[in-house]
Amino acid sequence: MTAQILSAIFTIIVGVGGCVVYYWGANKILDAVFPSRGVSGAAAVDNLRRQGLIRPWLFVGPAMLIVTVYLVYPVIETLRLSVMDRTGQNFVGLANYSWAFGDREFRNSILNNLLWLAVVPAACTFFGLIIAVLTDKIWWGNIAKSLVFLPLAISFVGASVIWKFVYEYRAEGQTQIGILNAAVQYLGGNPQVWISTPFWNNFFLMVILIWIQTGFAMVILSSALRGIPEETIEAAVIDGANPFQIFWKIMVPQIWGTIAVVWTTITILVLKVFDIVLTMTNGQWNSQVLANLMFDWMFRGGGDFGRGAAIAVIIMLAVVPIMIWNIRQANREGGGGH
Amino acid sequence: MANARGKSFIGRFGVHIAVLVFVAVWTIPTLGILISSLRDKDQLIVSGWWTALSTSSQTEAGRLPGASAQVEKGGKFVIEGNIFGDGPARNISAFGTKAAAPTQHQAGEVADLGEGVSLLLNADGSFVMQSPKAFEGDRGQRVYYASSAPPRFTTDNYRTVLFSEGIGRSFINSLTVTIPATIIPILIAAYAAYALAWMRFPGRALLIAVIIGLLVVPLQMSLIPLLKLYNGVGLFFGVPAKTYLGIWLAHTGFGLPFAIYLLRSYIAGLPREIMESARIDGASDFEIFVKIVLPLSFPVLASFAIFQFLWVWNDLLVAMVFLGSGSDQLVLTGKLNALLGSRGGDWEILTTSAFVTIIVPLIVFFSLQRYFVRGLLAGSVKGG
Repeated sequence: MTAQILSAIFTIIVGVGGCVVYYWGANKILDAVFPSRGVSGAAAVDNLRRQGLIRPWLFVGPAMLIVTVYLVYPVIETLRLSVMDRTGQNFVGLANYSWAFGDREFRNSILNNLLWLAVVPAACTFFGLIIAVLTDKIWWGNIAKSLVFLPLAISFVGASVIWKFVYEYRAEGQTQIGILNAAVQYLGGNPQVWISTPFWNNFFLMVILIWIQTGFAMVILSSALRGIPEETIEAAVIDGANPFQIFWKIMVPQIWGTIAVVWTTITILVLKVFDIVLTMTNGQWNSQVLANLMFDWMFRGGGDFGRGAAIAVIIMLAVVPIMIWNIRQANREGGGGH
Repeated sequence: MANARGKSFIGRFGVHIAVLVFVAVWTIPTLGILISSLRDKDQLIVSGWWTALSTSSQTEAGRLPGASAQVEKGGKFVIEGNIFGDGPARNISAFGTKAAAPTQHQAGEVADLGEGVSLLLNADGSFVMQSPKAFEGDRGQRVYYASSAPPRFTTDNYRTVLFSEGIGRSFINSLTVTIPATIIPILIAAYAAYALAWMRFPGRALLIAVIIGLLVVPLQMSLIPLLKLYNGVGLFFGVPAKTYLGIWLAHTGFGLPFAIYLLRSYIAGLPREIMESARIDGASDFEIFVKIVLPLSFPVLASFAIFQFLWVWNDLLVAMVFLGSGSDQLVLTGKLNALLGSRGGDWEILTTSAFVTIIVPLIVFFSLQRYFVRGLLAGSVKGG
């Protein structure tokens, strides 16, 4: 253990030191090869120009290298592997995809993912908006916001344990130690095995993600609400609008763009949801989702890379429209130029 | 906006109540594991955590010592002792010897068990069993009793999970993964962000578009090729495929697009005049970056550091793929996941372990919430 701590500290020093040495050293070398000081005017201008051509690449080089190895190359390789067999050696065409659409578990995952996509972003945005509006009106609003925001810092696994304890089931008549079943029993109902009741268990898993992500939606929407010009609301008040009209007809239309951003961000997250399903049910009782199914095939029976890659590609396809929209949005805002 | 709604007393009251309900729903689950982790494990399994402050009562079963414990006293055979043994003291209200009637007799009462055998069980657990004939057999009399115990809080659960369940070791592993995986990308991203914001070179616009595109690429796309790559590299050089170095680089790679995106939009917004006057004074790009841009960018560097720290600390997927499952590499999230499988019903272990895993993010979060929120706003308003 001590050795491990020491080696971690050592690596931090070597890693960070290495980065510093690279950036500093590469610069020094560039300055030495093309000196701009202490040479004749024309040569200095020439060398400055050459420096200007090379230096940006010294700065972006390491980032480009790492991003290429860890993201660009894998995306291309996954596309290739998805048309190969389980070992990645032989070409099998679209066999992995046709297998997927014929597989009961896969179709179940697609349906569940659609269900998650329909419920979670909407619920997070809705609750986030409501809490943002309400907390703006009370003196302890910031404390309330912090508490709703807090689950965002908790890992999906931690959150799963927290909620598994909420859903804990004991047979009827016994003392319930899960608060949900205790409440149900208190109200005269029968305790339920929440996470292993097919179909409905999906919703009990979704609650966990909604619980985590509402704080995110709330913070973003709250700052957008603050940006609404006071006059528009005052004008509506003078015109005699009631609070609900003000909310739906004045406030919501003005933050439409932000709502869309929150919605898409959570949508991307939902497509990748993995930890919650793995720890709560591991896909049993018809609660499987794509990301967990993919992980499963990576290692199931020694690992089937073809099928795993095909599932990854299908997740990726769902993200592509959002990706294109993002890039176009950034270009329109002049993200490229300065 | 304060004048828009909640003018009436009832309206304002309603807002307070509504917010209170939301806050309750959002905090109660976490409160549940915090309180449970501090409760005595015997009480934890028999009563809800919300009753932690009240005296808990339960029906228990115990067995008295067998025939070997008997002594002969005045012509009678007697077995004496305390039913709790070395266990924690409780208060017995009633007892019985049949499962069908576990509270047949009041504590302190002498129960007639037939054939002249009598049993006295006191509230403090001490008992006297007498018989005119010698007891036989090693299995003593079965006794049922209703007991109540005062609320007990303890830090024993923490001692157990930290030192004998392996959570302490995993805590160190998590730190080993998280700290380098947070620091390394900051430096690399800062240089790239500065170049993309303030240096002119061909292909810059394309690089920015690629970075924005990569922001939303699902991690799942990277896993299989990288797993193959790591296995290949491991085989080629004869080193293990699952190493801390491997996961540091993986987290760096996965975190870079967001880091570059976040840092670039901040650095691009720094005042142009500062850069230009420094350039006129003869400062090179390197000097401008180190002496001007880095210090001015502290808030956004802090924002990203918090993000990356939380993301790496809370990550399960990357750790499961790129690290082994031995005790020397299992991080907290992985350990917690393993405990859910192996100690599924032992809530004192699970709640305590869960709290240990979330305490660090909570501290980071509460102490640096300002930077976190700022990063969240900057990072999501345009991108994904």
